Amino acid sequence: MKGILGRKLGMTQIFAEDGTAIPVTVVQAGPCRIVQRKTADGKDAYDAVQVGLVEASVPRKVTQALRGHFEKAGVPPMRWLVEFDVEPDDEAAPGDEVKVGIFAVDEYVDVVGTGKGKGFQGVIKRHGFGGGRATHGSMFHRAPGSIGQSANPSRVFPGIKLPGHMGNKRITTKNLKIVKVDEEENLLYLRGSVPGAKSSYVAIRPAKRG
Amino acid sequence: MIELQQVESAYLRSDTPEFRSGDTVKVHVRVVEGNKQRIQIFQGVVIARRGGGTRESFTVRKISGSVGVERIFPLHSPVIDKIEVVRLGRVRRAKLYYLRNLRGRAARIEERRVDRSKK
Repeated sequence: MKGILGRKLGMTQIFAEDGTAIPVTVVQAGPCRIVQRKTADGKDAYDAVQVGLVEASVPRKVTQALRGHFEKAGVPPMRWLVEFDVEPDDEAAPGDEVKVGIFAVDEYVDVVGTGKGKGFQGVIKRHGFGGGRATHGSMFHRAPGSIGQSANPSRVFPGIKLPGHMGNKRITTKNLKIVKVDEEENLLYLRGSVPGAKSSYVAIRPAKRG
Repeated sequence: MIELQQVESAYLRSDTPEFRSGDTVKVHVRVVEGNKQRIQIFQGVVIARRGGGTRESFTVRKISGSVGVERIFPLHSPVIDKIEVVRLGRVRRAKLYYLRNLRGRAARIEERRVDRSKK
């Protein structure tokens, strides 16, 4: 099983020996506990491992159903659970601990998180429209322009790019290199940026494509 | 949760002297040529310090053959061998960008007297 949950601490830079600055995102990852192992031969009919992030604060309100779920695995209640795909012969069992040590320096990972919310945005920011001319008598600045035809079809086709809510949705950043693994403090240093605001939750798994 | 500053503190250099805008410094820079390494000295007036943590940097300006040359150094970079403070300057702002428009006698900076009795 290779995958861990964590919280983004923020970005900074560290220096390589030759003086090049490496932009890194520091993620406090784990320790995590395995809550459930799903198997293809079992009733779930697919292979996966459900992992939960152990945090300093334990959720106070846990539903009866979830409480039973955690008790079955013999782990304390946790706020955030994520499933990772595993091979059928994976030996992960409920209750096992997952720590940053499963990753090594120079490996590549994908990071899944919830991107920063941008609120209600127009088409220029949201969809990259060009917009119109600012001056010289132009009366068309940041409007979306035509959104379709006329009496026929008398409607706007689904999927037209229009203003609306932007951000605050699941984003995956692929192929980030691990610069450093700090097993003592449970920190992962990833080269480059990671979705979400500081202290937002992120899931880290091995890169699907090298 | 751990603060980012705690993370950064492991990468900060502790051997940098205290200096501020207006001071004249000698920056000893490690230069790698092929497989040889040597030290190059860049001496000039610090005209800006910006940023914090590992990202802190400072700008040094000198006049090289009547042409102004400015170099920006990351304060905590291993490229810097050492920093020597040559002269303290008394200035009234943090960013001395106005020096770019001055030359010769007008670009002089008054020396800063350090009051030792207060220490």
